[in-house]
Amino acid sequence: MSAVVFLEHDGGELHKAPLGVLARAADLFGSADAVVVGSQATALAAEAGRFGAAVVHVADDPALDPALPAPRVDVLETVVRQGGYDTVLFSNSVLAADVAAGLAARLEAGLNWDLVDLEQRDGELVGKRPALGDSVLVDVGWRGTPRLALFRPGSFDAVETGGVAEVRPVAAALAPHSTRAILVDHRHQPDEGPKLEDAEVIVSGGMGLGAPEHFALAEELASVLGGVVGATRAAVYAGWYPASAQIGQTGKTVSPRLYVALGISGAVQHKVGMQGSKAVVAVNKDPNAPIFEFSDLAVVGDVHVIVPRLVELLRARKGS
Amino acid sequence: MKIAVCVKHVPDSRVRIDAGSKRLDRSGAGELNKFDTNAVEEALRVKERLGEGDVVVVSMGPEGAADTVRAALALGADRGVLVSDPGAIGSDLLATSRVLAKVLEREQPDLILFGQQASDGAGAVLWAAVAERLGVPSVSQATELVVEGGRARVTRQTERGDDVVEAPLPLAVAVSDAINDPRYASLKGVMAAKRKPLETLSLADLGVDAAQAGEAGSKTVVLGIAPPPARSGARRVEEGDAAQAIVDFLAERQLV
Repeated sequence: MSAVVFLEHDGGELHKAPLGVLARAADLFGSADAVVVGSQATALAAEAGRFGAAVVHVADDPALDPALPAPRVDVLETVVRQGGYDTVLFSNSVLAADVAAGLAARLEAGLNWDLVDLEQRDGELVGKRPALGDSVLVDVGWRGTPRLALFRPGSFDAVETGGVAEVRPVAAALAPHSTRAILVDHRHQPDEGPKLEDAEVIVSGGMGLGAPEHFALAEELASVLGGVVGATRAAVYAGWYPASAQIGQTGKTVSPRLYVALGISGAVQHKVGMQGSKAVVAVNKDPNAPIFEFSDLAVVGDVHVIVPRLVELLRARKGS
Repeated sequence: MKIAVCVKHVPDSRVRIDAGSKRLDRSGAGELNKFDTNAVEEALRVKERLGEGDVVVVSMGPEGAADTVRAALALGADRGVLVSDPGAIGSDLLATSRVLAKVLEREQPDLILFGQQASDGAGAVLWAAVAERLGVPSVSQATELVVEGGRARVTRQTERGDDVVEAPLPLAVAVSDAINDPRYASLKGVMAAKRKPLETLSLADLGVDAAQAGEAGSKTVVLGIAPPPARSGARRVEEGDAAQAIVDFLAERQLV
């Protein structure tokens, strides 16, 4: 089997989650290749090699810089056809999902999504997909090739192998409909403070905090736990916390060792961004809050009472 | 201006997987996927802003999905097209996008709207496959949509902030659930929906070969269902010293 992984990047850095998929693919198939698109592609190929890519296909063209899916479908189609790949893997993101589905239709290839693992069984590839609110794990397969898969971010850890990749330029012709949509503005929020994606501990707040100033509770707890503060989309939209802290489907995707959710109901939007967390502690006064369904410790109670005492206990523990 | 809204009939609340067929059991009552109500609402707003338009609701599903299409008509859409055919059961992304693209080729809409995901957990990628088949651009996670002079300007939310994308019509847009607050159906709307045109089509009506739909036309398979992935030792604290319980938990997991 031969696999190629779609790598995303911004700010001159490759995203960690697709590098995790690359590590899993290299482990599973003995070797895995990668695709990097945009004007920094060649510069980033070496980094992709360091994280285990044997061959890096680079579509190094400033015309491909805007984060639009259709031109990437053209690039991947060329790579898959020329390279004869039978497996194409993606780490889910707003962009990658659109690219994967467009490529599936272009290649008439099966796409399984929201996978958390991939394995070989009797020579066949089997994907693992949590379903029904993660209450069951479904085994999924493919008929024919190429096989396409989208993984939940945080499913695998990136592994620095220190390898050196062979770099192959890709010249892809763009389909007529691929260039019709144009990016006219780009209002990206500069990241403030420490990076959420790399944090070991995250304390997040939602509307259940009751008022913007109560984010101080999250900040205080994060400080004593050595963590970083996150926020739900609702809290960001309400202007309670900066957008750079937003965790969820249209925010950051995180997978810390510990995720503490304060006054967060646990809408699907939010869950998608934090479900890869190793341990989840949730405090919410609503006993039926959906967040409790995916918490390791579900605490029904008032954040305004519990958190100050928790901070006190943790400080005492540290001091002793 | 013709606006097509693709909607999904999803099993209501208690979904289960049929042990025999390993598919979602759709035998029970269903409802309009709540994320699709944002797409219906946006279609109505575009029509209202332009002062003209035809909003057609498109769906594929069991016979019961007619109620779901009527629910969208009750919100104010003008007519519905439902593809309902035993041969379409078990369609995956590829087969579903193929059938929907056939309907949309017939309808020739200027704008095709989708909700951001299906509430039954079955993915959030259909629009990009449909758009690719139709050879039209697509934009997802739209939080703002302005249609004017044969073009659309779409603000989309991404992980790193907002992008503004412009494209000529026809265009497919998947709207975020943050784009609007959908209206509720009025009693008048519900009554009117009963008299609005709803066309039910078979695969043959669309010229889709049996081998191109359902399981035969799909390239992904469900192999089996395993027991829940263990969130081992999940605990609940409802009384007592909650803060102490959290400290104990963190200590146990060696997180402090």
